[in-house]
Amino acid sequence: MLLFNPLEKDKKERGRILTNFLHLFFTFFKVGLFTIGGGLAALPLLQNYSERYGWVDEKMFADMIAISESTPGPIGINMATYVGLSQYGFIGSIVATTGMVLPSLLIIYLIANFLKGFNEQPIVQGVLQGIRPVVIGIIGSALIAISKVTIIKMPTLYAKGQWLDFFEWKSLIIFGVFIIAVMKMKIHPIFFIVGAGVVGIILF
Amino acid sequence: MKVIDRSLIQLYFTFLRIGLFTIGGGYAMLPLIQKEVVEKYGWATDEEVINYYAIGQSTPGIIAVNTATFIGVKQGGFLGGVAATLGMVTPSWIIISLLAHFIDAFRENPYVEKAFMGIRIMVLALILSAVIKMGQKVLKHISDYFLMILGLILVAFLDITPVYVILMGAILGVIIQSLGKRQEREGKNLD
Repeated sequence: MLLFNPLEKDKKERGRILTNFLHLFFTFFKVGLFTIGGGLAALPLLQNYSERYGWVDEKMFADMIAISESTPGPIGINMATYVGLSQYGFIGSIVATTGMVLPSLLIIYLIANFLKGFNEQPIVQGVLQGIRPVVIGIIGSALIAISKVTIIKMPTLYAKGQWLDFFEWKSLIIFGVFIIAVMKMKIHPIFFIVGAGVVGIILF
Repeated sequence: MKVIDRSLIQLYFTFLRIGLFTIGGGYAMLPLIQKEVVEKYGWATDEEVINYYAIGQSTPGIIAVNTATFIGVKQGGFLGGVAATLGMVTPSWIIISLLAHFIDAFRENPYVEKAFMGIRIMVLALILSAVIKMGQKVLKHISDYFLMILGLILVAFLDITPVYVILMGAILGVIIQSLGKRQEREGKNLD
């Protein structure tokens, strides 16, 4: 009995861990599979799953984007690594990253070997012409999520204070200045992010 | 066999270098790919790289990883693709793993919190400007605007999982195309 019980417990524990890893793997597999048209397209998917599974809150999500823009590597991989690591440690980061890149690997392998002129196929063009505008709208929803922790007033949270109302107006003005700078100046995003950090320390 | 192994290692380290110096996403990678893959190793021509890039944008997955995989597969088959992908992923993985402890510990610091209050607003501005640029390229027809607004409403306000909305976009795209509304534009493209 003494030997049997811990083993039984161990088995259950192992089963639970395996389920968690499989869940992590397939969630990031889905993100990889439905990210079409670049890193921005991964954002709404990542934001949706983060919210649903409580991986990172909206503030952390925005911060992760900033960290990804200022560190090497694609944001999808950075997010997969961070979520995997923070949820299930070292192995979790490998599981999530593998899930994220596996669709790419399989699909590109097939296209490179079997589909000549993939982009010229009418069905591919039809699919892309439908997906591209939809993805722009979906990225808009990720923008709304980040707006809620930056410039948009959340009445339920900030019901009491007038000072907090003012605080959002300040953010909105800063946002106006930032967007003009980003649209007019052609420098690497990392400089904008560092600059914005300095502005934040001075003004908040 | 030894030759294959060496080329796999070469693929891995080439894409590790490219991954390491790609700061801020896929588009920053193109000049590095051209330098390493076209000029240094001659694994592909400029035109081929542009083609891989175009396919990378229109297939599922991260553009940087897709492009790396394509070049890897062309050079060393499936294992070549794996080697290139692993190389591309390694810098992210090491740097974020190292930063993760820092991120969690220092976000509580009042100055870091203030800095990130500014940075979050900048992230909003950066993404908005990228979306506007994307929109200028993609939104041409009335139907494009319709699909964009539909995507926004379904995900932001009706809380539908983006995966389903993307699938819907794909189906609607094929339907719109087969209705022949796009023939005019395709005619123009041929000229």
